[in-house]
Amino acid sequence: MTRILAVAEQRDGALRKVSLEVVSAARRLADAMGGTVDVVVIGSGPVSGSDQLARFGADKVLTATHPDFALYQPDGYAATVAAAAQGAAVVLFAATATGRDLAPRVAARLGTGLATDVTALAVEGGKVIATRPVYAGKALARVRLDGTPAMATIRPNTIAATESPKAGTAENLPVPAFAARVKVTQVKAPATAALDVAEAPIVVSGGRGMKEPAHFALLEALAAALGNAAVGASRAVVDAGWRDHGAQVGQTGKTVSPNLYVAVGISGAIQHLAGMRTAKTIVAINRDKDAPIFKVADYGIVGDLFEIVPRLTAEVKKLRGEG
Amino acid sequence: MRIAVCLKRVPDTTARIVIAADGKSIDETGVKFVVNPYDEYAIEEALKLKEAAGAGETVAICLGGDAAQETLRTALAMGVDRAVLLQSAAGSDGLEVARALAAELKGGNFDLILFGKLAVDDYNHQVGPMVAELLELPCITSVAHLTVANGALEAEREIEGGIEVSTASLPAVLTCDKGLNSPRLPSLKGIMAAKKKPLEVKPVTLGAGSLTLLGLSLPPDRKPGQIVGEGADAVPALVKLLREEAKVI
Ligand SMILES: Cc1cc2nc3c(=O)[nH]c(=O)nc-3n(C[C@H](O)[C@H](O)[C@H](O)COP(=O)(O)OP(=O)(O)OC[C@H]3O[C@@H](n4cnc5c(N)ncnc54)[C@H](O)[C@@H]3O)c2cc1C
Ligand SMILES: Nc1ncnc2c1ncn2[C@@H]1O[C@H](COP(=O)(O)O)[C@@H](O)[C@H]1O
Repeated sequence: MTRILAVAEQRDGALRKVSLEVVSAARRLADAMGGTVDVVVIGSGPVSGSDQLARFGADKVLTATHPDFALYQPDGYAATVAAAAQGAAVVLFAATATGRDLAPRVAARLGTGLATDVTALAVEGGKVIATRPVYAGKALARVRLDGTPAMATIRPNTIAATESPKAGTAENLPVPAFAARVKVTQVKAPATAALDVAEAPIVVSGGRGMKEPAHFALLEALAAALGNAAVGASRAVVDAGWRDHGAQVGQTGKTVSPNLYVAVGISGAIQHLAGMRTAKTIVAINRDKDAPIFKVADYGIVGDLFEIVPRLTAEVKKLRGEG
Repeated sequence: MRIAVCLKRVPDTTARIVIAADGKSIDETGVKFVVNPYDEYAIEEALKLKEAAGAGETVAICLGGDAAQETLRTALAMGVDRAVLLQSAAGSDGLEVARALAAELKGGNFDLILFGKLAVDDYNHQVGPMVAELLELPCITSVAHLTVANGALEAEREIEGGIEVSTASLPAVLTCDKGLNSPRLPSLKGIMAAKKKPLEVKPVTLGAGSLTLLGLSLPPDRKPGQIVGEGADAVPALVKLLREEAKVI
């Protein structure tokens, strides 16, 4: 039986939402290949939310528990996933900070190639075919995964989490012995524990047109009105010290694929576009009608952001019945 | 302090991408090639650490075609002591590149081996940690802040909604992210000196690997968008479109 392994992620003992996308991707491959889905959940104790994995297509949930796994433990996680991957035909991870660190380690241990930041998966002639953006999203590569197991990391927000209820039988997975060469000592939360731009379904980003850092309050207000939204920034603004680097969208920042991306006072330089051109809907607000951002935007408003953004916030609130 | 830096020759980030006739590579006509931007952070960090230690050697290693000699000369001009070109055609499997680099690095007695967090052409995000696994060395990826003292290191990297702090002891492998430092520009003196620094060329053959590139394509054009209007008066129309046409709010 073809066995597909999905690697779930938790933070502070709670399953991360992106794991449901990975399980859904695994389920679809399993259905196409006539196989089963195992999900491995790694932590230091019970992981809340793991019960959802069956609903999104897990036939079996393998729980690997170790006292050192409260925070990420690269060497221990790699040893555990490599053990769980024995006999698997495919292993999928999320292309998150953890998945991007972990997957290459596991691939090297198993001696098999890895396709990273995949945005679509298909099965042709019994082989997994991955589509992945290259050259900063200026081209797409189609890659056939010939290795055993075939391995890929999946970019968040690109493969929808869809329900496909299965039994989700539970099993404990023993953690193999490992040498902890690296120790994660702590996770410092940034000043605002806001939603991360790479994972938020809506991103409102500001650029140099915001004029000064205090004006980002306008974007925070719009994000709050929209709900489930994160505030991003262009590099110009991050380099000026107005916003944290964690909020930077683009080639040297994060790649985002939200349902809605609102670019406010951002010109749309090629390196910025590299980070957001896969957003499903793009809105641009800019006073320069020739700004390149309008070339990728689905909807644009030309004009002064200081008039447009507050009005937009008010209209969204009205729509939500809060205004 | 002995430090190795692995760097890659990549198209400049502003380059327009045209797919070549074979459908599997890019047309290099008129494309400017540069040191992978993340590898510049690795070079700068190596130079700074060696300067701070007061002694040691920095080595730049690149796997690529003959044109990559130019990329290595840039590293030498920035101040790296010597360079090695692992002469090979490109492959599409990062693990094969990692194997070739690991074979060169093994036995080199390096305290630190530095990489960029990703190459901006293939976006693979994998060669550094793969080399670390092959050499059984500690590895921290996407490092944006680093302190090295008494054979130990503490590194910070960005994760979703936080900063992860890790420790390890030397020798170690790190991959470098933006924020780690500000890479220096080669000085005129550095450029002159680079011409005389050793650059060794070693032919290597990559394994076939297990990833087959079937083809490259340009991303589908976004549907032509529309300017909804000018100024704040256009907002109600925008909200209506987002609600009814795009169905995103
Ligand atoms: C190697 C490399 C990597 C890079 N990586 C990134 C990256 O990851 N992310 C990134 O964003 N950039 C990146 N850049 C930088 C990029 O080239 C641009 O410089 C940057 O994106 C510009 O930021 P901006 O759009 O905020 O500023 P600007 O280009 O200055 O644009 C400001 C815009 O605001 C508009 N505006 C001004 N006032 C108003 C107003 N009152 N109302 C409405 N509109 C207004 C203007 O018309 C203008 O279009 C990189 C560059 C290089 C060389
Ligand atoms: N051909 C190469 N030669 C030397 N170093 C490389 C090569 N390819 C990748 N690297 C290194 O590995 C890092 C990550 O690359 P990648 O995994 O391809 O995204 C780069 O920033 C370089 O430091």
